[in-house]
Amino acid sequence: MSKFPEFDGVLTCPVSVGVSERILLGHGSGGRLSAELIQSVFLPAFDNTALNHLNDQAIVDFAGKQLAITTDTFVVKPLFFPGGDIGSLAVHGTINDLAMGGVQPLYLSVAFILEEGLEIDALRRVVTSLQRAAEEAGVQVVTGDTKVVEKGHGDGLFINTTGIGIVPGRLHLSADQATPGDRVILSGPIGDHGIAILAQREGLSFETTIQSDSAALHTLVRAMLQGVPSGAIRCMRDPTRGGLSSTANEIAAQSKVGIVLQEEKIPVREEVRGACELLGLDPLYVANEGKLVAVVDPAAAEAVLKAMRAHPLGREACIIGTVTESNRGTVVMRTAFGTMRIVDMLPGDQLPRIC
Amino acid sequence: MCLAIPGKIVSIEDAAGLRQARVQFGGIIREASLELVPEAQIGDYVLVHVGFAISRIDEDEAKQTLADLEQMARLTEEVGADEMPEHSVQNGPSRQ
Amino acid sequence: MRYIDEFRDPRLAKSLIADIVRHVTRPWVLMEICGGQTHTLVRYGFDELLPRYIELVHGPGCPVCVTPLDRVDKAIAIASRPDVIFVSYGDMLRVPGSKSDLFQVKAAGGDVRVVYSPCEAVKIAEANPDRQIVFFGVGFETTAPAHALTVLQAHRLGLLNFSLLASHVLVPPAIETLLQSPRNRVQGFIAPGHVCTIVGYKEYEQLAARHHVPIVVGGFEPTDLLEAIRELILQLETGRAEVVNQYARSVSRAGNLAAQQAIELVFERCDRRWRGIGFIPKSGMRIRAEFAQYDAERVFGIEESGAEEASECIAADVLMGLKKPMDCPAFGSVCVPESPLGAPMVSSEGACAAYYRYRRHETQASGEVH
Repeated sequence: MSKFPEFDGVLTCPVSVGVSERILLGHGSGGRLSAELIQSVFLPAFDNTALNHLNDQAIVDFAGKQLAITTDTFVVKPLFFPGGDIGSLAVHGTINDLAMGGVQPLYLSVAFILEEGLEIDALRRVVTSLQRAAEEAGVQVVTGDTKVVEKGHGDGLFINTTGIGIVPGRLHLSADQATPGDRVILSGPIGDHGIAILAQREGLSFETTIQSDSAALHTLVRAMLQGVPSGAIRCMRDPTRGGLSSTANEIAAQSKVGIVLQEEKIPVREEVRGACELLGLDPLYVANEGKLVAVVDPAAAEAVLKAMRAHPLGREACIIGTVTESNRGTVVMRTAFGTMRIVDMLPGDQLPRIC
Repeated sequence: MCLAIPGKIVSIEDAAGLRQARVQFGGIIREASLELVPEAQIGDYVLVHVGFAISRIDEDEAKQTLADLEQMARLTEEVGADEMPEHSVQNGPSRQ
Repeated sequence: MRYIDEFRDPRLAKSLIADIVRHVTRPWVLMEICGGQTHTLVRYGFDELLPRYIELVHGPGCPVCVTPLDRVDKAIAIASRPDVIFVSYGDMLRVPGSKSDLFQVKAAGGDVRVVYSPCEAVKIAEANPDRQIVFFGVGFETTAPAHALTVLQAHRLGLLNFSLLASHVLVPPAIETLLQSPRNRVQGFIAPGHVCTIVGYKEYEQLAARHHVPIVVGGFEPTDLLEAIRELILQLETGRAEVVNQYARSVSRAGNLAAQQAIELVFERCDRRWRGIGFIPKSGMRIRAEFAQYDAERVFGIEESGAEEASECIAADVLMGLKKPMDCPAFGSVCVPESPLGAPMVSSEGACAAYYRYRRHETQASGEVH
């Protein structure tokens, strides 16, 4: 006669693995592990005022002006995808880091790490695309560098950039300025970039091909800043790795406020939703490369929205949430059923090498 | 782990003796094996799990389920919110 | 999306809840078995919407959560070999073994790859004839047919470098175990709709009759689960104990015969240890001797590590619905998704992870959104 196990309250569980001593892919995901790496390794080492704001760009006083500096690295795989490539992505991503501070982008440096064996033709395509993107955005690539690593050590091509620009006037956008009552505005549908990349990798095909939304947002930002009083826009962030969730959580944490999102208000394209359902992904965590989140004074929200919708990159802009006094440091979402769920920070990576 | 999503078969092909389909989910199309649902035809909806169709959606049953739910919803709306049964115990902060 | 969105209609959900409220007169304890169902219930906050009389406890339907410790250790040992390409579903990568996990193996240089379908593992094997490809086949009855077909495909292709590390568990024996326990509080079950799509629900009829509990075969969308809960309440309030098929659009009483045949061809029942629960007789599946060359356990001859699970993780009690994740002293403090003590905190379908991700605070929204 088979004997079934009896439960006598013995608690059984493995010993915790604990903190990793090595870098995991998750450390690059833009989620919780990335944040911990910054807090535990980088901040203690560098520790200065400009850095400690932890914005997408650093702003320093220089010769009577406010100079903005940002740096970014691009490791996206594959190199070419619908809607762009690593070259155009490098320009858009760097410009956007500056634009989120209201900065007028001026100059870029571009450094290439090339893998031995990469086809020079592929490099040419990337460089042409990069130059075109820079020209369209009105910035110049003024300096660069090239290194080559042995075959097997570089996945084709990596790009590192530095972007420099000027902050107009005494503008101060920062993720620690969100105030209870502020509106959270999103510029358009989420998840396009991450799904476009994944579709390439996984051999998914779409009826209408999903394009990456990779775009330079500085002119949209300029349109938003015009016609609203200084300080009405508290901060802006582009939800890249880690998606809308990471951006909202970062703002909530840095401003020490709560954020309530409204699920039904967040736009997602049908194809993106289909891919996410199929693969068990949540669009809230999927990367975007041509979208921004803005936290705005409620009195100015309508004006900002109007300015966004008049711009080609903001046609589908909408208010998706509110900043709250309660649940400080947490992002919650009202579901279509009226219940509240937490929008947690991604622990590891959903989709590696997305940017 | 039990993630299975319904999709519509748009084409079927025989790949080296194995029946494969292109299945449409919302706006995307992905391949799935039909080995476990050999009777499936183009236009059928199938439930796909880890790249394999595991059942054909019985559209009549689906319609019936939705019709029953729709009827219940209409009745509930007709009865209205003022008919709260005395012995029920609602939970937590309500939002009506 | 067709056959998904309709079953997420809040209007239909609200009327189901109203009807449940109308019929419930006393406390009942219900269990949903499948991790995917847990995920839906917690993500949409159904515990908030349902009358307090209904207590939902979450069952052991997360195959990642119940994969025994020594099997994870075996996987880690195999994945660490330089001649192996170790292929797995994403969920298994962060499950802690005795000393490490597959993510750590990858970080240390092991070739560990994530796939959405076992077909991709076969493709990898074809593309890498000089490497050993091992696929970590974790799942319930839902996934077993896919794994069986994958073995058959490898056999058809004459692959010499492919094997399956099978870790399958069966649901009815786990339910039997729970029902036999004197500590069991569960009075009605929502049976896993995708498992039943494969195997049908005859075995559940036996369970219902033997233990006089109502069982409803439920789907995974919000209205599916609410319909299942409603049916359970109706039965419990009138003293009935029948098996009802809510998920009739996918499930038939006999199940999918082609799938059952595939399983029968490649696998045989065996005793299996469930992580945190212990040995449950005839609750697992192993690869038959005829397919020994595709059985990673035989191919690699990895010894049982004999690892015993110990310490504060209360996975056992959570998995059998005896405790909630929040009852655990380690929940949210020592045990979080980044550094989990046990599998239910790792798997996206694990009860602890679901609660941590969606419901860990009491959330009061003071802000209104326009």
